[in-house]
Amino acid sequence: MTIGSVPVKFRISVDHDQCMLCGRCVENCPYDVFRLENGKIHVNSRKCVACHRCIAMCPRDAINIRERPVDYRSHPVWTTETREAIYNQARTGKIILAGMGNAKPYPIIFDSLVLDACQVTNPSIDPLREPMELRTYLGKKPSRLETRQRDGDVEVLTSLSPNLQLETPIMIGHMSYGAISLNAQASIARAVSDAGTFMGTGEGGLHQSLYPYQDHMIVQVASGRFGVDINYLERGAAIEIKIGQGAKPGIGGHLPGEKVCEDVSCTRMIPVGSDAISPAPHHDIYSIEDLKQLVRSLKEATEWKKPVFVKIAAVHNSAAIAAGIARSAADAVVIDGFRGGTGAAPRVFRDHVGIPVEAAIASVDAKLRSQGIRNEVSLIASGGIRESADVAKVIALGADAVYIGTAALVAMGCRVCGTCYRGLCPWGIATQRPDLVARLDPEIASRNVGNLIHAWTLELSELMGAAGINSIESLRGNRDRLRGYLLDESIMKVLDVRPVGA
Amino acid sequence: MDGRAIRSALSMMDERGSGEGAGYVAYGAFPEFADYYAIHVFFDAIHETKAAVDQELSKWGTIVHEEEIPTYEQQNIRKIHTPWRYFFQPDARLMPRSTTPEDDIIMHLVMKVNTSIPGALVYASGKNIAIFKASGWPEEVADFYRIQDYKGYIWLGHNRYPTNTPGWWGGAHPFNLLHWSVVHNGEITSYGTNRRYIESYGYRCTMFTDTEVVAYLFDLLVRRHHLAPELAVRALAPPFWDEIDRMPGGEAYLNRAIRLTYGPALMNGPFAIVVAKPDAIVGFTDRIKLRPLVTGTMGPRLYISSEEAAIRVMEPEVGDITMPRAGEPVIGRVYS
Repeated sequence: MTIGSVPVKFRISVDHDQCMLCGRCVENCPYDVFRLENGKIHVNSRKCVACHRCIAMCPRDAINIRERPVDYRSHPVWTTETREAIYNQARTGKIILAGMGNAKPYPIIFDSLVLDACQVTNPSIDPLREPMELRTYLGKKPSRLETRQRDGDVEVLTSLSPNLQLETPIMIGHMSYGAISLNAQASIARAVSDAGTFMGTGEGGLHQSLYPYQDHMIVQVASGRFGVDINYLERGAAIEIKIGQGAKPGIGGHLPGEKVCEDVSCTRMIPVGSDAISPAPHHDIYSIEDLKQLVRSLKEATEWKKPVFVKIAAVHNSAAIAAGIARSAADAVVIDGFRGGTGAAPRVFRDHVGIPVEAAIASVDAKLRSQGIRNEVSLIASGGIRESADVAKVIALGADAVYIGTAALVAMGCRVCGTCYRGLCPWGIATQRPDLVARLDPEIASRNVGNLIHAWTLELSELMGAAGINSIESLRGNRDRLRGYLLDESIMKVLDVRPVGA
Repeated sequence: MDGRAIRSALSMMDERGSGEGAGYVAYGAFPEFADYYAIHVFFDAIHETKAAVDQELSKWGTIVHEEEIPTYEQQNIRKIHTPWRYFFQPDARLMPRSTTPEDDIIMHLVMKVNTSIPGALVYASGKNIAIFKASGWPEEVADFYRIQDYKGYIWLGHNRYPTNTPGWWGGAHPFNLLHWSVVHNGEITSYGTNRRYIESYGYRCTMFTDTEVVAYLFDLLVRRHHLAPELAVRALAPPFWDEIDRMPGGEAYLNRAIRLTYGPALMNGPFAIVVAKPDAIVGFTDRIKLRPLVTGTMGPRLYISSEEAAIRVMEPEVGDITMPRAGEPVIGRVYS
């Protein structure tokens, strides 16, 4: 009893005048917050994670949630979170796990960048009346084109490597079957197939039921090699080697055994109920040349028909690392910023390791340009992309395309409660419990995800048109069309953008 | 032909300028020095800056002849620079690993002088190519240099309405690098992308205006990458993907290859551009033709202009006035 209980994080109140005792809150809450007793809804606020399932399901708007109803004595250094983390660790002696992305209030660079629009000297372009090209090709590109004139025709002597063709530069990032449910993956798969873009499988194998969408799936090879065999590699439209993840750079992954049901076990190729632990490094990659070998091995295994991507977490030295990767046979480098989400990461990593994707993309793009190889390799940004403006800004900073993760989950109902690691997601997304998974209808959820991609694509077209640009490649790396608003000089130098008014 | 015709043509389009910049280029202007690079420099304070340029040039070759470019006082032109031209022979042995050592030396010199010698700006560097530019109306600039005294087989002229760098002589068109000269009406919205792309190949943009990237892109694509000029135009103003998807196999492959390889060279925004090299000129607009471009031919002569009136004043009997489609190059070749 030295520490005692800490104040509740959320206080739930039920308006009993409004409540009609339908019991939907009781049914819907997997955390057992509600119970119906003696003709009244009772609550245990301590169990609440603010997933909002009850709020969404209550037909009478009778439920209210307040965050931190009990104040700690305020202190600028010893914040509530700091103190609670200490209580927690004093009690358990363990590493604290957390879900979703970085939760520290670091300033968001995206929000200090503004986009440009045309006035007078050049006309803006109306995407409703003029063509607007968002098509993006990901993969190796030639550094120059060799041609020959033959009987009046031009013959191309340079051969093109296989590229992925995206109709919009927005892809859905790698979230494995295991971390998220099969219904969630199926919803995303349908959405990306319809939108002409791609999704990542994550390190969880490729479930049979998703084979119809395989032409729009990028299969991941991570340090645990879960689910990897030749069938898997050959089914993917591209292969991605995951070295690191923005939410937890430098460490591996951990899928708790409770999430490894029969189906997950088959897809991952591991025993039922066993923890799936991906080691921190790949045990066959201890240098850049080892990575190069793995890239080539995967290419050999698939007869050089598939692009191979390499994903790294955005860290201090990303630029040099990316330049090394670009020199291998790799087709694209994925840079995952420190705001990238995750099902479960040690809190200390999630909040303190890595750098924002805006700075990482800017420095990688600049480094590749300084070496004259930028256009030969594609650059994919991920981690903390929340809206179409972020997409436009990160492309202007140098990315070819983006992966979104959390935004796609939010489109399926996720409320960013950050409790994914418990496997009880009431929205049927980050869970394997059959009754919870059944709550997510792929028919509807795929439409929601598809709508999101479509809406962002429209907004991106409008932003480009306003900037007098009708092809996405003219936005790429076009930092002249960005200005920094109240950014300090050193960060503007990294981003290679001028301040507003300049 | 001498410079009188193009002077009269530009005078028809004063409406398109503001009297703050105009210029001309003449190919074939220096028959007596035709084999040497005609390096044109604007000096700010010639006594202080010229020695540094001389020294830089001497490192890389021989100055065969040099002179101040003759100018004739005009009421509205303030002579803020001293225009100078060197006829220069680079020493090819100094760039042993290059397949085009002389051109590469000149390109290096241009970038070097423009980025490291304040008060000196190289604004032309081709063989047998004269550039005349200053801040003023086109007629005044023509008279300032007396372009009627020069003969050329290709002439380009430009009247500027500056928004970026008014009054700065270096900002007037034509822009030139080596054998390339460019005149441009418009604003390149993809400049940031194009500039970063071209700079990764060793070019340095120093003119504070978007047009110079066009000259550098042509130099890269045609001289260094050996693309035919029409393919270079295709790279800068390519067909839309929808059109490429409908093309037959080989043509689709070519166009896809161009767009994939030269995506960062694609130029966006409104423009009409004419590029000249010693054996050809090419005119083209952006992919949705946000700037006008008309052409006319008369016997062996090709005229490309923003306005028909400018062509008619030079060639009243001109037969076929046409308006090329968006992105479609109009190419004139020199037959000797």
